[in-house]
Amino acid sequence: MAKIIVVTSGKGGVGKTTTSAAISSGLALRGHKTVVIDFDIGLRNLDIIMNCERRVVYDFVNVINKEARLNQALIKDKRADNLYILPASQTRDKDALSKEGVEQVLEELAKDGFEYIICDSPAGIEHGAFMALYFADMAIVVANPEVSSVRDSDRILGILQSKSRRAEQGERVEEYLLITRYSPERVAKGEMLGVGDVEEILATKLLGVIPESESVLKASNQGIPVIHDQESNAGKAYSDAVSRLLGDNVEHRFVTIQNKGLLQRLFGRSA
Amino acid sequence: MALNSSSAADVVPTSPAFRLKGGLFPLTLLEIRRYSQPEFEQDLLSKVAEAPAFFQQTPVILSFEMAVAEAEQVPLAELVELCRSNGLRPVALRGGSKELKKQAETLQLALMPEGRVKVDAAVSPEGTAEPVAAKAAATDAAAGIDAAAGSGADRPADSAENGAGGGNKIITTPIRSGQQVYAAGGDLIVLAAVSTGAEVLADGNIHIYGALRGRALAGVRGDTSARIFCQSLEAELISIAGDFKLHEDFRGQWWKKPVQVSLTDDILAIEALSK
Repeated sequence: MAKIIVVTSGKGGVGKTTTSAAISSGLALRGHKTVVIDFDIGLRNLDIIMNCERRVVYDFVNVINKEARLNQALIKDKRADNLYILPASQTRDKDALSKEGVEQVLEELAKDGFEYIICDSPAGIEHGAFMALYFADMAIVVANPEVSSVRDSDRILGILQSKSRRAEQGERVEEYLLITRYSPERVAKGEMLGVGDVEEILATKLLGVIPESESVLKASNQGIPVIHDQESNAGKAYSDAVSRLLGDNVEHRFVTIQNKGLLQRLFGRSA
Repeated sequence: MALNSSSAADVVPTSPAFRLKGGLFPLTLLEIRRYSQPEFEQDLLSKVAEAPAFFQQTPVILSFEMAVAEAEQVPLAELVELCRSNGLRPVALRGGSKELKKQAETLQLALMPEGRVKVDAAVSPEGTAEPVAAKAAATDAAAGIDAAAGSGADRPADSAENGAGGGNKIITTPIRSGQQVYAAGGDLIVLAAVSTGAEVLADGNIHIYGALRGRALAGVRGDTSARIFCQSLEAELISIAGDFKLHEDFRGQWWKKPVQVSLTDDILAIEALSK
């Protein structure tokens, strides 16, 4: 049975696509057949993060409109064997997604033996975001440790539990919180909300805390999902998050200030 | 019933013109206890006067489960017509004699399965009436409507009782920003936090066993005895029967404290729940 996971946030720019790429890669690297779908029709980004932008021939909208078969549109990832990408259409808009069309594609993916279907949601709470979350069994809500992002996440959690298919059937969507761009130093200075504050406001299980890291920007620009960079704290934190997603009990790292050693200070980069 | 042709059919000719979906909708039970035309009309008119907005195209189920034996002889067409002329839209019949069911069929009313508790209405003890009232909890705006057919004299505490049993709402999950929850005709009990940007309303009291960060409005239909109880007062707004206080009015002393809010001498009073 395929598990449909939506990566959502309400707010833009908090790291949904980075997270979708990292989590889907992480699941695939551990042997789970995974597909990641870009729901951001018109603002296609996932293909860049996954470094497959020049291999896009057909896209999600083509499949929905039956202009292409699903396996023509699926792009096999070059780094992880079990990972496939279904890119968004860059030339259309979000209205191209219909509930029936999306459902058909998801059903076909499940039939093809995919264990995890990751839906990378666009920002906002409009049609595109709604389509991405409607069929979800589980949601990863990405939030930055700041008040407006947390409120938007709260809003999207409300929508998930009231408008999704599961909600309509009287069930709950399993919800997880992922905090990105976290900086313990800035929390200590009172410039940022702490993990505890965010957790308390959202009352949601914490999937992971991704530290603010230069490696994330570098990874995006190079088109290598940051989880492949196991030297970086962000990569390690995403790995931990994948473990927790798979049911392991892993302690949260990078949530307190780490004292840098002399060598690290001299050479700047944290391990 | 006329079916509107689906516009989607024009675009995708292969899909059927409609599809069947299950849905759960709140419906009001109109429990008839006894029937005589002038009395029924009189009671109905006074009900309508209480809440005219409620009686606009409101679908109701005519229930005869609580009716005394003679009531089963009612001319159903006349009763249905009375309801219609007062804004109610009888859609189905529940309970009643064979004869009544036959009449319902000619009137094109649906027949609903009867409830599990068959009450001898002639006795009508308080206790047995409750399960039925609880079922009517399906009605979102059931407040006191079940008294429509009765004079109310035989059960003075009627609407209050049913308000408590019928309209209460218990929510166990957080109420998120942008969500609105309304307990019509009763209390609202929330076993989690109410987020900033969320709104909770009740005709009766509001109990929040978590942080109250959004807006809470108790006694929204004018019940000045309604109260708000919460574990941690961090609200944007609190109101009882229209009297309200804003966040800045209680930001100091009571902030993040367990409190109750009541309306005393027309002033919204906040006091600690425990020392």
